[in-house]
Amino acid sequence: MYLVVVGGGKVGYYLAKELIDQGHEVLIVEKDRGKAARIAEELGSVVMRGDGCEAATLAQAGTGRAEVIIAVTGDDEDNLVVCQLAKAKFNVPRTIARINNPKNEAIFSLLGVDVSVSHTQLILAQIEERIPTHPLLHLARIREAGLEVVEASLEENSPIVGRKVRNLSLPPDTKLLVIIRGKESIVPVGDTVPQVGDEIIALTREGLEGELRQALMGTAG
Amino acid sequence: MHVVILGCGRVGANLANLLDSEGHDVSIIDRNSDQFRRLDPDFRGTAIVGTGIDQEILRRAGIEQADHFIAVTNGDNTNVMAAQVAQRVFHVPRVICRIYDPVREETYRNLGLETYCPTTLGTAMVRQLMEKPLPAAGARPGR
Repeated sequence: MYLVVVGGGKVGYYLAKELIDQGHEVLIVEKDRGKAARIAEELGSVVMRGDGCEAATLAQAGTGRAEVIIAVTGDDEDNLVVCQLAKAKFNVPRTIARINNPKNEAIFSLLGVDVSVSHTQLILAQIEERIPTHPLLHLARIREAGLEVVEASLEENSPIVGRKVRNLSLPPDTKLLVIIRGKESIVPVGDTVPQVGDEIIALTREGLEGELRQALMGTAG
Repeated sequence: MHVVILGCGRVGANLANLLDSEGHDVSIIDRNSDQFRRLDPDFRGTAIVGTGIDQEILRRAGIEQADHFIAVTNGDNTNVMAAQVAQRVFHVPRVICRIYDPVREETYRNLGLETYCPTTLGTAMVRQLMEKPLPAAGARPGR
């Protein structure tokens, strides 16, 4: 597979190194002469000096035959432009951007970037996982459908404790997938009654996490 | 009308001063507060320090009520991203984006942004000036 990596900083360098080790054909595009020279010295002729935000550079890099373009410069706006140019001018099937501000993820998706990766968000998620009482834990995101899988653990003040699942009012497009009670897993049906200490794994629509948290935990925060 | 301008360089500041003197409501954003020295001493609009690709900053500049958004920082990519946020997230009725790189300008024009390219405009203008008839030999200054 041919991949173009824009940005030869630490992320771009190690990413390219791994991809080359996996047997892929990789080209790194790096603006800075010194950085480009260092990469060439260590990885061989897999680097091209140029501004990946310019269509001419991307053309020279053979972006037209790339299956994936990965923009990992330190600036969100540059990564956005790389991905948009790759898509609009070179029909690259898959565009991946690194983002620094996690709030940019929604915009990148709206503006046609296929995948955006935020290290800030990844670290935050790790912190969340280590805090056992955090009310709503994000487990997975189903991007195309705009859905999220989240987990909540029920405490005494939860409004759904002791009520049958069929009587619960949940946000739209929200489904309770499984209840974990001790070592047991229960697929909830209409008659299932959630209890204190239950872990609930639910599917919900992106943006409705607040409403779901309110419904399951009784707290808005 | 309410206008949000991103970038307080020569064009941004000049436009802000002009619109303000015409009685319009202007907010101008720049990440460097030194740049606001370009604004007239009696400028009545709002000057906000921050990056224009941050939605919080754009909100503070009143982008939700804006009739126009003008992106004129010296970074093409910043302008492109901010303009698309203004257009697609905040639905500002008119968004104008400056792009120096002619190829990028054409791409984003095709993608539906209202853009202008000082490089193309400047080149055309100089070329046109070169076509003007020369003054009579005796009237030329410096000869």
